[in-house]
Amino acid sequence: MSAPTPTKAPVGSPVGERGGPELPRGPRKRSGAATAGRPHAVWALPGVLFFAFFAVVPMGLAFYLSFTSWDGLGDPTPVGLDNWRKLINDDRMVQSLWLTVLLTAASWVFQTVIALLLGVWAAGRQRNRAVLSAIFFVPFLLSSTAIALLFYALLDPNFGIIQQNILGSSSGAFLAIVFVGGWQFIPFHTLIYQGGARQIPEVLYQAAAIDGAGRYRQFFSITLPQLRHTVTTSTVLMVVGSLTYFETVLILTKGGPGTDTAILPYLMYEAGFKSYDFGYASAIASFLVLVATGLSLILVRLTGFGGMRSTREGM
Amino acid sequence: MQTEKRDTRPSPPRRRRHWHWTKRANPVAGLGAVVWLAIVVIPIYAMLSASLTSQDKALTGNPLTPPTSPTLDNYNTVLNSGFGHLLANTAIVAVAVVAIVLGLSVPLAYVAVRTRDRWSGLAFRLFLLGVAIPAQAVVVPLYLLIAKLDLYDSLLAVILPTAAFAMPVSVLVLVGTLRDVSEELYEAMALDGASPQRMLFQLAIPMAKGGISTVVIYAALQAWNGFLFPLIFTQSDEPRVLTLGLFNYVSQFGVNIPALLASVVLSGVPIFAVYLVARRALVGGLMGVGGK
Repeated sequence: MSAPTPTKAPVGSPVGERGGPELPRGPRKRSGAATAGRPHAVWALPGVLFFAFFAVVPMGLAFYLSFTSWDGLGDPTPVGLDNWRKLINDDRMVQSLWLTVLLTAASWVFQTVIALLLGVWAAGRQRNRAVLSAIFFVPFLLSSTAIALLFYALLDPNFGIIQQNILGSSSGAFLAIVFVGGWQFIPFHTLIYQGGARQIPEVLYQAAAIDGAGRYRQFFSITLPQLRHTVTTSTVLMVVGSLTYFETVLILTKGGPGTDTAILPYLMYEAGFKSYDFGYASAIASFLVLVATGLSLILVRLTGFGGMRSTREGM
Repeated sequence: MQTEKRDTRPSPPRRRRHWHWTKRANPVAGLGAVVWLAIVVIPIYAMLSASLTSQDKALTGNPLTPPTSPTLDNYNTVLNSGFGHLLANTAIVAVAVVAIVLGLSVPLAYVAVRTRDRWSGLAFRLFLLGVAIPAQAVVVPLYLLIAKLDLYDSLLAVILPTAAFAMPVSVLVLVGTLRDVSEELYEAMALDGASPQRMLFQLAIPMAKGGISTVVIYAALQAWNGFLFPLIFTQSDEPRVLTLGLFNYVSQFGVNIPALLASVVLSGVPIFAVYLVARRALVGGLMGVGGK
């Protein structure tokens, strides 16, 4: 343990990072015993290299390609800042960024509200709740492609459930994407909230009941605050997920009507694999990474998702 | 009814233990749950009903009324257009992705928890940030890499990147599980002179079963759901996976919406079977993605 420990090292003190009782032993002896059975950091190498090769290096390459012009065949030609200039001046980009943010926000509200309520409800151990929860989960068993196709068919005006061309109007198409995303992912987030709600110590509710707190008071004063870590986890997953909606958009709307649902990933796909402008596509991709990383850094920082502490600490 | 019971007599402590979760009915929430049930069930019902209707009837009838003369023609159409092959490819991808992810992330998480040096800390942080790398952001350069490696249009072109992108969440889940294994147990084994390998196989892995099953389910689901990588890295029929096959049915079946819906139903059958048989394991495992 000669290396300078990072300020927020993954693991705290050598004995029991969860604050277990430290046995009175000499530090030298303990560190000797402690290092003896520890795996060498080299064990992590294959995983790190694999991930670096298929995720980190390509991310760097995308950044490099964003300064080139490349049609996928010959060699990329450096063009300096051309793609980034184009990106800043592209009206569709501004619209697309706004759409991406709006879609993420709308999906978050829709999914969080319903999943939180359903999850807390499903945490109850009544038989009817268990049966309904089992049914609620079914949409999540279908792949996003299958779900997008299902709604592509159901929303077809010729097909007949809804006799209007919902996907033909901008707001209709946008709401359809939010709804379809929610239909798929709410079951999953409900499950997360159900798990979270079941971990809330019973004694808190007993105390609240003795103090005369009603059902709604208990929900806002106990359930919600106790679920804050669950909200964080679920939010991180939702935000990263919504930023990357792709097949839903491709299948349901193809970015349309016009470009009214062309969120960033879809715009990148069109620039790259429809127009073969890989340089510009890479600029959009790099921009997407910046947005995603920025957002998750903020979320991680705000919430301590990266901390190695138990969520039950201090209870 | 239940509220009355609660109000009229103070429950003895024994009955109070699970009082909150078991005793109280909540009519407002119950109503909400029924509304959501309708939202979940109606599309599924319409899909099943339409998939059993012949194409000409589907365009004239209302999909919400049960089919008058149900037919399995649509299912035959789908099964005769290479559905089995698509399913087999997806199964291969799922198994391979799970194997790679487990093989690489278990030792990694073990090191991140057990070895407190700078390098293991850095490795962990890499994956923490990796959660935020969207797959879309790297498809263009990955396309280049895959082509250079001569993997284009093969199952490996789908398997390798899918596995890589399933790793960050898997590592986080495993680290979360492994750090709960108590230090005393490791020390006891160390006193017996156990090697790190033995501790991994005889202590860490058995204690982290929950996390490992979460990772298996999560990684398999990523493979099952994957669309972008197959779309961009494969082209021919040979390595086509289920999601991409479904997508291609849109143009293949054209206006034959009942056949399209039959393909969607069939794509759900295998995992629905798993759900029926192992609902507890599946649901419990997925709960683990959100922390225990």
